[in-house]
Amino acid sequence: MLRKLTLAAFGLALMAAPAFAATTQKEAVDPSGGWVWSGPFGKFDKAQLQRGYKVYREVCSACHSMEQLYFRNLGQKGGPFFDPKYPNPNDNPVVKSLAHDIQIKDVDTDTGDAIQRPGQPSDRFPNPFANAYAAAASNGGAAPPDLSVMAKAREGGPSYIYSLVGLGFVAPPAGLTVPAGKYYNPYYPGDLTANWHGKGPPPEGGLISMPPPLTPNKVSFDDGTPSTVQNEARDVAAYLAWAAEPKQEERKAFGLGAMIYLLIFTGLIYLSYKRVWRNVAH
Amino acid sequence: MSGPSTYEPKTGFERWLDQRLPILRFANDTMSTFPTPKNLNYWWTFGAVLAMMLGIQIVTGIVLAMHYVPNADMAFNSVEHIRRDVNYGWLIQFMHANGASMFFIAVYVHMFRNLYYGSFKAPREVLWILGCIIYLLMMATAFFGYVLPWGQMSFHGAVVITNLIGAIPVIGPAITRLLWGGFAVDNPTLNRFFSLHYLLPFIIAGVVGLHIWALHVPGNNNPTGVNVKSKEDTVPFHPYYTVKDGFGVSVFLLMYAVFVFYMPDALGDAINYVKANPLQTPQHIVPEWYLLPYYAILRAFPNKLLGVVMMFGAIATLFVLPWLDTSKVRSMRYRPTARLYYFIFIVACILLGWCGANPPDEPIAKGFPSFQLLDSPLNSFTWLSRIGAAYYFAYFWIITPWLGLTEKTLPVPEGISEPVLSHPATAPAGSVASPEKRG
Repeated sequence: MLRKLTLAAFGLALMAAPAFAATTQKEAVDPSGGWVWSGPFGKFDKAQLQRGYKVYREVCSACHSMEQLYFRNLGQKGGPFFDPKYPNPNDNPVVKSLAHDIQIKDVDTDTGDAIQRPGQPSDRFPNPFANAYAAAASNGGAAPPDLSVMAKAREGGPSYIYSLVGLGFVAPPAGLTVPAGKYYNPYYPGDLTANWHGKGPPPEGGLISMPPPLTPNKVSFDDGTPSTVQNEARDVAAYLAWAAEPKQEERKAFGLGAMIYLLIFTGLIYLSYKRVWRNVAH
Repeated sequence: MSGPSTYEPKTGFERWLDQRLPILRFANDTMSTFPTPKNLNYWWTFGAVLAMMLGIQIVTGIVLAMHYVPNADMAFNSVEHIRRDVNYGWLIQFMHANGASMFFIAVYVHMFRNLYYGSFKAPREVLWILGCIIYLLMMATAFFGYVLPWGQMSFHGAVVITNLIGAIPVIGPAITRLLWGGFAVDNPTLNRFFSLHYLLPFIIAGVVGLHIWALHVPGNNNPTGVNVKSKEDTVPFHPYYTVKDGFGVSVFLLMYAVFVFYMPDALGDAINYVKANPLQTPQHIVPEWYLLPYYAILRAFPNKLLGVVMMFGAIATLFVLPWLDTSKVRSMRYRPTARLYYFIFIVACILLGWCGANPPDEPIAKGFPSFQLLDSPLNSFTWLSRIGAAYYFAYFWIITPWLGLTEKTLPVPEGISEPVLSHPATAPAGSVASPEKRG
């Protein structure tokens, strides 16, 4: 009786067992030379962050919001446009002019009318769409995700971003049906079994709704860095890594002091321990 | 406190206060002159580590609550605001988030130390049960806390866990609705979870008080498991153990600092950096690492109610452990057979954690052939979880009672002072057999 019940329970579970879609993706890779800020002493390359901001501003920001960021963040310590002459980023003329380039929705406090005005360092980065529905409607039903913490929100972080936009937009392998409005990308997680008619197992990767965002010479870099797709992708990934945690350099610098302090403290307390216990057999 | 008080008021004020509120006498007897076995090893410093972690979590948590907004639309952004705009907010937030993991690392070491040296046995059963209550409260607090940033894993984790309660017959759905504050996980859920997350740590602090009280009646166990016989066996808690615990604590702090300053996101899930979206379920919903073994036990059973019962049963088992262990010998130093099963138990717990982190249907060894056994392929995490769960329960309910009655133990030393002269764990077997002959 008990055995029958157990078997029945197993049978029921078999029917109810959820089918796990086995998603695959190619493992994200670092750009050649790795990331300059990696490691406990690593710092961002300011020129790279500035180039990355330009890529974001001229390309990504057409569709992607970065709602956690204010223009002032660009000029704060550790930021792309930090200038020691302006410890208060709101006074930084570069930041002021970058903000000024962008139109911000506001309300005229005299009339209550909706107006557009040039941005200030204290403004948030404006959202390219009025709301999530508008964002989805303009992009084939898939709202472009916010990029503020994107470099932390995906396995692989900046390397994933670099691989996805810098290396991933390749021609689909023969035998893969790619529906209209979708793009094959080996670094994007997905399950291509249903779209695969070729020989062997389906290829790694998935179908992404974002069209290839970067092309050669799409963004011209003022410092003469060649505008290849890989360079643009690498620099925007660096910028997004900074944006995901603008206090990263402060964290590591503080950490160094904390580690040195703790090491000395631990050493002293160990010596005290040895001294206090010197006459006790234990 | 065991034994009479040794406090001697030194000044007129101390004498005056001692007759009205003997708080200095209490502090002296519990924290200064308290007789402590002199052979406690570093595994015993984790009690102090835990006390520190509770303090750190409460202090950082109170500061975070000054900036955090418990609102479904604003919670995620308020956590980002803390990291970006609050002075040293990044430090406080990372300390708190990683502190939860450190707290659990310490509590697991503390519990495994207890199992190894048989500290839960008479006369310390109440001490052990109070510890189990603290552990249960910690899990609840950690779960509520993980929901607060309102990321994808916060939200969907809350959905999964609260739905488990719904599997309890008759009262389950009502409890779930009460937890939700409605008919789904939403803003009211977040509000009550925030409230409970703030409340529970203070309840933990209260139970910790009882835990220490219950410790100070029989006094500490020790690595030999032999009772303290005389004054020669003990040293006053201060300065001997304040300094030893201090050293253990600062080594632990070094490890904690490495996580906070150099890999603050290593223990978290990337997907929790995506704002909660009820309409988009993440592909793999997993709890934080410290709950994974229980999650694996839950999923090992094909029936949801059975899984929930076994998951809670796994924790409930701990409460009755003092009565399951029949061995007269406390410390596993003198129980070689029990020691073997104990180390297998640790492996089983780690295996269960690994199973909990992986999708149940995934093959363990990719590319290896497998065949269907009942409802799942044998080469899948489902079957590995079942093996792990079976060992977990067998260890407590079969192996532990049976070993205590049948195993051959090594001779136990007469007292603490004897074996400290030559360490029995490292001494050759022959020397341990006749400890009384050693000078």
